[in-house]
Parts: sequence; C-alpha cells; structure tokens
Amino acid sequence: MKLHNKLFNKDYSFQNYNFKVNFSPGSFKAIIALVILSVFYCLCAPGYCETKKLMIAGSTSVQPIAEKLSEHFMQKHPNIKIEIQGGGSSAGVQAALSGAADIGMSSRDLVASESHLKTFTVAYDAIVMIVNPQNHIENISRDEIRKIFAFDITAWNKINASSECGVITVLTREDGSGTRGAFEELIMGTVEIAARALVQDSTGSIREIVANDIDAIGYISFGSLNQKVKALAVDGIKPETKSFTEADISRKYKVIRPFLFLSKEEPQGAAREFMNYIRSEEGIAIIKAEGLVPVL
Amino acid sequence: MKQAVREAFISKILLLTALSSIGALTLITVFIFAEGLPVIFKTGFFDFIFGMKWKPSRGIFSIFPMIAGSFAVMAGAMLVSVPFALCCSIYLAEFAGRTTRAIVKPAIELLAGIPSVVYGFIGVTVLVPFIKNNIGGNGFSVLGCSIVLGIMVLPTITSISYDALRAVPDSYREGALALGATRWQAVKMAVVPAAGSGIIAAVILGMGRAIGETMAVIMIAGNSLIIPLSPLDPVRTLTSNIALEMGYASGMHRQALFATGVILFVIIMALNILATRVIKRAVR
Amino acid sequence: MNSRTEEKIAVNILRLAALSAIAVLLFVIIYVAYKGAGSLTMTFIFENPRDMGREGGIFSAIVSTFYLAALSSMIATPLGVGTAIYLCEYTTESAVTKIVRFGSDCLAGVPSIIFGLFGFVLFVIYLKLGWCLLSGALTMTFMILPTIIRTSEEAIKSVSYELREASYSLGATRWQTITKIVLPQAVPGIITGVILGVGRSISETAAVIFTAGSALATPESILESGRTLAVHFYIIAREGISMERAFATALVLIIFILLINIITYALMNKFIAGKKT
Repeated sequence: MKLHNKLFNKDYSFQNYNFKVNFSPGSFKAIIALVILSVFYCLCAPGYCETKKLMIAGSTSVQPIAEKLSEHFMQKHPNIKIEIQGGGSSAGVQAALSGAADIGMSSRDLVASESHLKTFTVAYDAIVMIVNPQNHIENISRDEIRKIFAFDITAWNKINASSECGVITVLTREDGSGTRGAFEELIMGTVEIAARALVQDSTGSIREIVANDIDAIGYISFGSLNQKVKALAVDGIKPETKSFTEADISRKYKVIRPFLFLSKEEPQGAAREFMNYIRSEEGIAIIKAEGLVPVL
Repeated sequence: MKQAVREAFISKILLLTALSSIGALTLITVFIFAEGLPVIFKTGFFDFIFGMKWKPSRGIFSIFPMIAGSFAVMAGAMLVSVPFALCCSIYLAEFAGRTTRAIVKPAIELLAGIPSVVYGFIGVTVLVPFIKNNIGGNGFSVLGCSIVLGIMVLPTITSISYDALRAVPDSYREGALALGATRWQAVKMAVVPAAGSGIIAAVILGMGRAIGETMAVIMIAGNSLIIPLSPLDPVRTLTSNIALEMGYASGMHRQALFATGVILFVIIMALNILATRVIKRAVR
Repeated sequence: MNSRTEEKIAVNILRLAALSAIAVLLFVIIYVAYKGAGSLTMTFIFENPRDMGREGGIFSAIVSTFYLAALSSMIATPLGVGTAIYLCEYTTESAVTKIVRFGSDCLAGVPSIIFGLFGFVLFVIYLKLGWCLLSGALTMTFMILPTIIRTSEEAIKSVSYELREASYSLGATRWQTITKIVLPQAVPGIITGVILGVGRSISETAAVIFTAGSALATPESILESGRTLAVHFYIIAREGISMERAFATALVLIIFILLINIITYALMNKFIAGKKT
C-alpha cells in the first residue's frame, strides 16, 4: 500500500519523512486567519470605480490590429476597459453568438448559418506568401504555390534552378483557421493541402519558423509581416497594401479578405464608441500604419 | 447530545469533501464523453479510430495518424528515458552516498517542475535546428519530441523506480553479498528483479505522462497529419491535435476534438489502471 | 571479465547517467538565464506589457498568475485536507476509501489538456463564466487536488497515535482532537502540499489557456480573463513577438519554480531534523 501511495504522488514523495515540527494552535489559527484574509482580498479587490468593460474575442489575425486600436482608444476613454482575447475565428463567432464576448472577431466571411450576426468590417487584409530572407526567390505564381502545398514540387531548385535552398519546408495553418480558409479559397481552389505539410496554430509561429528555416514557405496576414521574413510577389504583383484603396482590392492583389467584428445585437455603448473610433481619422491612420486596407 | 449532532454533521461534511475527487473525475468523464461520443457514433467507431483522413472543414474525422503519432512519440520517449531513468534510480538507491543523493535527487525532481512550455521552447530553439542541420528532415520530428519528452518523464520514472528499489528488503542484498557477489552483482541479480513490478509500473506511468503531454509536443512535433514512418518525420499526437485546433473549432469540429479527448482519456485511464494492477500484484 | 572490473564499469555508467540528468537541468537553467537575464530588470517586472508583449514588462501576468494560484489553492486546500482527514480519521479501509483513492489516483494521471477541455465546457460554456480567472482556478483546483490530498494524508498519518489517545482520554471529541491536536502537527506537511499545488498552477499552460483565456490587461476581478506567466511566455515565445522578453519571462517562471522547490525541500529537511531530536 505504501508503494502504491507513493506511485501516485506524482514526483514528490514524503512518507519517508515525519512531519513533527510543533506548530502551536496559536500559529495554526494565525495561518487560517491569513488564508481567510487573502480570500477576502481576492474577492473584494475588484475596483469599485465605474468602468465600462468590453470583451472582444476571436481571430488571432484580427487580434494585433484590435489590440493596437484598443490601446489608443483606451488612452482617450479611460472609463472604458477593453479585453482582447485570441482563440480563433470560430471561437469569435461562438463568443458573439453565446454572448461570452461583446464582440467576436473573425478573419473570414460568415457562413450561411452565422449570417444573422451583425457584422462590422474593421479593415481588409491581404494574405502574403512568406519565405526566409536568405531565399533569393522574389516572385511565385499561384500555380507554383498550389504545387508546393500539394507536394508536387518539393525542392526549391524546381522553382528557381539557381536556388541554394533545399527541400521545401511547407507550413500551413490548422483546419478551421480563417487565414487557412482564405488561403484555400483564394489560392488552392480545389487542390488539397497535402497531409505532410507542417501545421502551426498561429500566424506568429509560422512567421517565426520561416524566419529560422531557410527552406520554409508559409502564408500569413499582411498585418503580421515583419523584417524577419520576406513577402513574395504573387503572379508578379507585390503585396503593398499601403497604396491600395477599397476599390483597388479586387483588381490588384487578389489574395484579400475582410477582418470582421461580430455582435449578436446592434452594437451600443462602449462597443459603438469603439467602432466609431475605428472609422475616425485616427483609427484609419492606425489601420494604414499596420499595413491593412481601411474601410472608408 | 448537541455535541454528538455536531460531530455527525462534521463527519458528513468531511465525507462530502472526500467525494470531491471522485466527483471531479466523474464530471470530467461525463462532460468529455457527452461532448465527444456523438461524433464517434456518427463517424462510426471503427472509422473514427482507424480511418486515415482528418479534414474537419469537410466533416471527415478519423484519427488514426494521431493515435499512431502518440504511440510513436511515446515509444521514442521511453527509448530515451527508460535506460536513463533506470541508471539514475539504481545509482541513487544503491550506490550514491548520502550527500550525493541529497543533491542529485532534488535536482532530478526539479526537472519535473520546469514548465513544459519552457522545454518545448528550448526544443524549438536548440533541438529542432540541430536535427535539421546535422541529421536531416526539417527538424520538426518524432526524434525531437522523443528526446524532449524523454527528459520530461525522466523524473517520474526515476523517482518511482527509486522507491521500488528502496522498498526491496536489505536481506536480498545481504544474501547476495554473503554468497560472494559484488554489490553490482547483488543489485543486478537480486535487487532489480525484486523491484521489477515497481519498475514496470514506473515505466507504465511514464508512458501515460508522455502520451498526455501537450505544450512541448505541439511546439516540436510539426503537427503534420501523416503516420510517421521514420524518426525524422513530423508527427501529430492526440494532445497536439486538440490544442492546435481547439481555438478555431466550432460545432462538429469541436465535438470531434472532444472525441479525440475521449480516446486520449481512455488510453491514459487504461495505463493508470494497468499500473495500479501491477503494483497490487507486487504488494501481494 | 573480472567481476570487480564489471562493477567498476557499471557504477561509472550509472554515475554518468545521474550526472547527465543534472547536466540537462543545468543546461536548461543556464540557457534560459543566459538569454533572459539581460532583459530582466525591475521595470520589466513592474511594468505592464504593451503592444501585445513586444514592449513593457510582465506585471499584469504576475498579477494573473498570483490570482490563479491563490484562488485554486484556496479552493483545493479545504477539499484536499477534508478528504485527507476523512480518510485518516473517520474511516477504516472500506469501499468508500477505495473509491476516494481511485478517484484521486486517476485524477493525478489525467493529462492537463483533458482538464482544459473539461474546464472549457463546464465553466466557460456550460456555467457561462466565460474565459476568466475563476474558470481557470476551478479547473486548476481539480488538477492540484490529488497532490494536496496525498501530502496532507501523509502528514496527518505521521502524527503519532499517542497524542490522539491522550486527547481522547481527556474527553475531547474527534473533531476537537483533529482541530486542536492533529492538524496543528500536520500543518507543515499540508503547507508543503499546497506549495506544490501552487507550483503546478504557475507552470500549467494547456489547461489555463482554454479556461482563463489570454487577455493581456491586468485583471481587476476574478471574473475577468487574465494571462498567466506561463501562458504569456508560450504566446510571446511561440509567435516570436519578442525573444528577449520571452526568455526573461521564462527566467522569472524558473526562479519561482526554483524557490518553490527550495522551500518544500527545506521544509522537508526540517521535518527530518524535527524527527531526530
């Protein structure tokens, strides 16, 4: 029995030791009092001030811009507190439906069963193909992308004979991700992404792996692009959204999708104010600075 | 009289708290199964377990590659960990001096305290590039997972086999020594066999921990949906499948992840119960 | 081969294995310290993160971690200690104790991701608590319960029977004996269990991220979401938001874990010393 007890005591074992330090009943009471006090502290600590709270949850692609906007917004409206939560587009839809969040974030268009939600387009986003900066390739065709993600082309020298890179490390997002949904719809079409592709569950980790692996290729949201990776031109067009306007989107860089805020009811109060802020001059400037296309 | 009532009342309250752990276990089982079973029934038990395709966006849910992945990673972790852990526990239990033991044992236990995300991150920044540059593949592999998991389960296996070895009565050692054996021979031929079932239980529990680990695996495994055929192949385990897709899943897809949880839960419970059995037999 | 030579070789191999285990531990600690120490300053600890953790410090994460660890151990301790008292003082080996032990053993083996799934459906969805520290803490309560039960049980068992008998012979009731005699003696052991539980709450990621969420702001109540240190580390490290800050966060985590291990170890050694005198 002793051994049996020991087994399930995870990694710490005690029964070799006897606990025989004398704790007087007085100090025992003191400890209990301390515990109870700290319970009260924890329960009563919530501030008494009148702050309005706004809970936003959903797509990790929308999250960076939402965080940026909310940081500036909260500076101007100290009485409103915005909490932003990742989780993913579907979680965002769920959260908006169930009321777990005031606003859900989605980086894909709603499907029919979700269409009764109220939508607010924060901005448009381009999906960019990224490679390691040491990879000398600059342009890639949509056909080549399809072949790479289907594992019909597996080496970089099949794309560019002079390439020094080796076997392609193909990175994709997990099934259900808004970015993947948009990528499949806009580029892959009917071709399936091969099962061998490495799967990561966030834009950031795809970017991080590409930054560290000379052979890697992946796709991320334009808003998440940074210096550590290189964006490829697709079919000869560089993704430079700063010069795009809403009307240009469909004509120029084809790989584009909306960033949505979702809510069950028509947004009011803090939510409405935040949305107005997003449409304000300041909000638009922030959106542009992040490389997204604002809604004018 | 009043005191008797109070005592009875207190004993009832204590009984209630005592039932909290089994209550928690029941709640967990009920909720995981209630969410997960519908998908398993809808897909068909056999198809769900042995099918090859996992395509949630098309409503195809089969988890054989993940089951294979979990077991591949677990086997690899055991290959790394078991010899190591046995050496450590035998050394600590039979050969180490008091001071050495006082330093080495807590150090190994500390290995268990380091958060799994830290292991995962070091795996990604150190081990994955090392494997890619020196061994082959793209680094995200069964091999990398096995090494990191091997280190993570080392303390579990070491400390339980240590206890099993210490539980062997000294008469075994003395008997062997009296027959002219060296201490090593005594340990090899008398002590280790006597602690056998405790050591086996330690390994089984180590297996459970390796299969159940999530955060380190998700960072190092690569999470491809293939059955790994070489140690350098990327792999997706049951746990990483859940953690990877939970964020974006809804409806059937989310239920399918709970169904993955059901299978994981059943495997872990089977291993736990097996370990308990082995130990009970040993105690008799 | 001579049996003496064989022994020598064998013992050296065993020693080498133990040394390499320590080498791995040292490597992890030194690697994290080397990469993280540069960014670990007072301002880093006492400033809130900005720009998703790219700038600023980790104060809000420390606050969330504190709430989560404190709350979960506060709920788990009475349950765990109550269970231990019941098992040791109120009953002999019976069907009930078997069930209770089975429950606690199995709970100890359940992987954290399963706790995460469960906490997510029960607390976040079903009880409509949403992602918040309370949901996270309730989930962690279940995770650390077996540890607290085990350690408290050992601590209570180790209190000598003479003391109990003396108390009973003075006419004390069972409950009086427990609260006045047994528990005060067992407090150090119970505290050890609680500290170990706190350690698990601090280092847990999978179960916490699904239940407490990952909101970056400082939580003002337990009904708000919060991002614990481990979750913060996971997110900023995995997404490459800031490597220096990720390592500094990991260093803070490891320092906490080291402290916890040193405290428990010191407590245990004190008991051994106490036992001898």
